Amino acid sequence: VTNVLVCVKRVPDVGSAVTLTPDAQGVDARHVGFTTSAHEACAVELAVRIAADTGGTATVLTVGDGDAVEQLRTALGVGCTAATLVETDPAALGPVDVAREIAAVVRSHEGDGRGHDLVLLGNDAADSGDFQVGIRLAYLLERPVVNGVKTVSVEGGTVTAVGDGPDGVETFRVPLPAVVTVLEGGVEPRYPTITGRMKAKKTPIETREPAGAPAGPGRVRLTLPPAQPSTVEILGRGPEAAPAVVDLLESLGVTR
Amino acid sequence: MTVLVFVETGAGGVTEVSREALTFARGTGAPVHAVLIGAQPDGVLAELGAYGAEEVHHVTGSAFDAYGGATWAAGLEAALVASGADTVTAAGTPRGMEVLAHLAARRDVAMAANVVSADGDIVTRQVVGGSVLEEMRLPQRPAVFTVAGHAVEAQPAAAPTTPAVTVLEPELPPQDLVARVVSTEPAGPDRSGALTSARVVVGAGRGAGGPNGFDGVVELTEVLGGALGVSRVVTSLGWRPHHEQVGQTGSRIAPEVYIPCGISGAIQHWAGCASSKTIVAINTDDEAPMVTKATYAVIGDMHEIVPAITAEVRRRRRQG
Repeated sequence: VTNVLVCVKRVPDVGSAVTLTPDAQGVDARHVGFTTSAHEACAVELAVRIAADTGGTATVLTVGDGDAVEQLRTALGVGCTAATLVETDPAALGPVDVAREIAAVVRSHEGDGRGHDLVLLGNDAADSGDFQVGIRLAYLLERPVVNGVKTVSVEGGTVTAVGDGPDGVETFRVPLPAVVTVLEGGVEPRYPTITGRMKAKKTPIETREPAGAPAGPGRVRLTLPPAQPSTVEILGRGPEAAPAVVDLLESLGVTR
Repeated sequence: MTVLVFVETGAGGVTEVSREALTFARGTGAPVHAVLIGAQPDGVLAELGAYGAEEVHHVTGSAFDAYGGATWAAGLEAALVASGADTVTAAGTPRGMEVLAHLAARRDVAMAANVVSADGDIVTRQVVGGSVLEEMRLPQRPAVFTVAGHAVEAQPAAAPTTPAVTVLEPELPPQDLVARVVSTEPAGPDRSGALTSARVVVGAGRGAGGPNGFDGVVELTEVLGGALGVSRVVTSLGWRPHHEQVGQTGSRIAPEVYIPCGISGAIQHWAGCASSKTIVAINTDDEAPMVTKATYAVIGDMHEIVPAITAEVRRRRRQG
């Protein structure tokens, strides 16, 4: 029986253009909406599979404002059965703070007799891109951590995690309890069913105060890189442009 | 003041991005020390000398036979203590990020990922897939940060050095040896490795139209001896496998030529292809971001244009 905690983050769903808030502290998402950070849909899928395979539970956690309940409900809709919101202004937190908040929830749940043998996170958040929350969490919990893997399975108290390394496909095996961070691509996240959505609506959200005062992200301000004026040279329209393209490829020495 | 650079090596010696990190470190004006962990290919010391490393800390021992984030960080920490460095950096690769994040957690200091420039205690780094820059305070010591790929161009030092080598064999506690690689299976030809090292990448996005819309780009890829790369929407819809994805959550490519076909150029994708030397976009929309950001573009339907290019390459080859 493996009880999994999977951590997700509500992030702006940026398309091809980003606008900053007037105070230069965040991305202005009023016109783009929000989503769950990319790798985490796969982390949720893995959590739900591991819970099903081992007869355990999958709990979803986010550290964010009240609107982040939307991302919790999305995870509940695909098979997580409990959800926790640490309600705070996410912009005021740095990766050290987020790791501490997650650790506090893990310890608290442990104290209530519903501990999490395995904590899954995304490898990095699509917005803040800190690449470190899972690792810091592992040190706080004194657990082993495997980072940036694509598949995770549990058998007999051992986690097997597989990912791409510089020399090929790497396999890690670590004993539970453990922390694993996940990259997109190893599993296909399932779509919510109608009954899943209904259940998600009814599931109570455990809402908690932050465990401590944040140290903050160290952010001075955000800026947009200077817009480069377009210097594109149009080679032509339609298939008639093919000779011009091949002339170019030849001049660049890539036609062999 | 010393900057310690965690250097990654492969069969070809010091990796390009580690050369960039060494170049970045030299740019701070402080003496540069390099850290090597585990067995190393021949000739690495001369390369590090060419990039201006004054000292090399080589961490060895049986603990370093197999990679582990905590294991490598323990080795790097030994080099940190030996060097007395006040800054630790590495390339912003998966390994570089992981090892430095471990080090930062162990030393209880902040870490800044994907830094593009540093000015005193303020670093500027890439966030939101490189589409936004964050100025961040990094006042603690050691300052720990990774250097974003292609933030600087790798440049050998004006005056090469003959680095002094210190061999370190730290004793590691058991907890630093728990999460190590137990087996590595060499990557097959269908893995993303082919994509990141290709000289030509042909890309395809939503404009392919469906899972059967890739024959043309696959054929052009084969004719050019390149690799196929796709956008996230293509892998999300299940049209192509994830290992072909180029983008923030896929591979970062840096080919001589990238030919994105039917790809609008969302930030997610641009994060993975911005380092391409020349971009030749093929798109029906002449206002698509991929077109306006490209070096060259052809306006029209990829399903007509791509086969015409393939045919033209073949025609010229036949003519010799």
